[in-house]
Amino acid sequence: MNHTASPSPRPIRSESRLEQTLRSGRFAVTAELNAPDSADPQGVYRNALVLSKCCHAINATDGAGANCHMSSISCCALLTRAGYETVLQVNCRDRNRIAIQGDLLGAAAMGVRNVLCITGDDVSVGDQPEAKRVFDMDSVHLLRTASTMRDTGVFLSGRPIKTPPRLFLGAVAGPCTPPYDWRPERLAKKVEAGADFVQTQFCFNVERFRAYMGQVRQLGLHERVFILIGVGPLRSERAAEYMRTKIPGVWIPDDIVARMARAPRSQQREEGIRICVEIIEQVREIEGVHGVHVMAYRQEEAVAEIIERAGLLPIDGFEAGGCAPDDVHSPR
Amino acid sequence: MPDPAYMAEARRLPCSEWIKDHPRPLESLYRLTKQGVVRVYPLIKRISPRIAERLMAWGEVILKGWIFNCQMCGQCILHSTGMTCPMNCPKKLRNGPCGGVRHDNHCEVIAEMPCVWAQAWERSHSMRYYGDDMRILQPPVNHALQSMSAWANMVEGRDTDVPAGWDSAEGDEGADG
Ligand code: SF4
Repeated sequence: MNHTASPSPRPIRSESRLEQTLRSGRFAVTAELNAPDSADPQGVYRNALVLSKCCHAINATDGAGANCHMSSISCCALLTRAGYETVLQVNCRDRNRIAIQGDLLGAAAMGVRNVLCITGDDVSVGDQPEAKRVFDMDSVHLLRTASTMRDTGVFLSGRPIKTPPRLFLGAVAGPCTPPYDWRPERLAKKVEAGADFVQTQFCFNVERFRAYMGQVRQLGLHERVFILIGVGPLRSERAAEYMRTKIPGVWIPDDIVARMARAPRSQQREEGIRICVEIIEQVREIEGVHGVHVMAYRQEEAVAEIIERAGLLPIDGFEAGGCAPDDVHSPR
Repeated sequence: MPDPAYMAEARRLPCSEWIKDHPRPLESLYRLTKQGVVRVYPLIKRISPRIAERLMAWGEVILKGWIFNCQMCGQCILHSTGMTCPMNCPKKLRNGPCGGVRHDNHCEVIAEMPCVWAQAWERSHSMRYYGDDMRILQPPVNHALQSMSAWANMVEGRDTDVPAGWDSAEGDEGADG
C-alpha cells in the first residue's frame, strides 16, 4: 500500500502507533467511536471491539454535535487501560486553557498518544443551547499549546513540565466548507502551529476534495502533515437529508442524496455503504492522501464492512487493539 | 436562535457593511489613527493616565464601534483580519473560520449573519498593505484586557504581550525550518 510517498514532517515525536503506521507509509484507517449515554463501561468496550479489528486508532469524540455523551477523556481512560490505540478529541467549546492543559497531561499519563484539536460545534446545535460557550482558545491556539508542552516542556504560561506529554497532534480540516480557497491556508496555519496529522470533515464531494488537495500540494503541506480523509456511510435518504441540513460543515451533493432516494428503502443502507466504499477508492488515488477516517454514527458494524470492501484489510502492523496491557502505562 | 447582541450589527452605522467592503480607505485610516494615537496618548497621559485611557476607550467605542461593531477586546487585530472584527464571530476565533460555515457563507451559529471570516477573507484580497496578515498566527486572547482601550494597550505594548510559552514554541518552529 505504498502508493503515496510518506511525508516526514518532523522527527518522531510520540509513541503513537498511529504515527508509526503513517510513517511506515501504510494507508492508515481511523474510526470514530460513538460515546455512550451511559455510565456503563461495557458500552464503550462493545463498540471498541467491533472497531479495533478494522482500524489503527479509535477516535473518542468530545461532546460531538454539542450533545452530552460520556466524555472523550473518560472513554480514552477505559480504552487505553484495555490496550487500545486512541485519539483523544479535545474541543475548545467546553473548557478553558487551564483545564485543557491539565487534561493533556492526564491523557498522556493514561497512555493516550494522539490528540485531535478541534474548534467544536456550537452549543446552539446541541440539545442544551442555553449552555455557556467557552472558546477561550481556538483550535490553532490549542495545537500550538499542545506542541509547546510536548516540544519545549512548558505550559503556555512558560512554567516547566517535569515529564512533557509525548503526543501525536491532529487537526481538523474542512475541504468542502467555504471559503474554499482559504481552507488550505487555514491548514497551513494549523501545520505551523504544530499539527502532525489531519482528519477531515466528511467528504462526499470528491471533485471538491481533489481541488482542495491540489492547493494543499501547491503549498507543500502534503509533505509536512499526514492527511486522513473523513468518510462515512449514509444510513438512509432521511439520514442524508438530516446530516446535510442539521450537522454543521457537512455537504452532501444532490446527486448522492438522489442516489440514496432511488434505492428502495430496504436497500438504502447497502447503497450508503457502496457510496462510501466508492469514495474511499477514489480518494485513495489522490496524491497526498495518507488514510481514511471513518465516521459512522451508531453503525460500528458498517465500518468493518466498509474497510473490508474497500480492500484495506487486514490492518497490518499496529491495529487499534491487541497490544500487551503492560505497554500501556508508560509514556516516556 | 439569533443572538441579539450580534444582530446589533444591523443597528450600527447603516452603511457600515458598505464601508467595510471597501477596506482600502480603512487601511489608510488605520495608519493615520495609529500615528495620531501614538503621539496624542502620551501627551494626555502626562496629565492623567486615567483620562487618557478613558478618552481612548471612548474614541474606540464610537469610531470602531460604529463601523466594525467592535467588542472592545483590548487587543485589536482588525487590520490583520481584513478590516473585519473577529470578535463578532460567536466562537471568538482569532485564526480563521470554523468548520461550520454554511454554503451561503453564513455563520453556523447565526444563520442570518455572514461568517465574519468569510467576509474578512474576501476583503483581505482588495487590501494594499495588510491583506497578507491573514496568514499570521494570532496568539490566544488575553481576557484581562477586555473592555480596555486597545489604543492605549498598543502604545503601552500590552496588546502584544503573549504568554511566555507561546513565544517559546516560535524558536522551535525556526529550528524546524
Ligand atoms: S461560521 Fe464563521 S462567524 Fe460563525 S462561528 Fe464559525 S467562524 Fe465564527
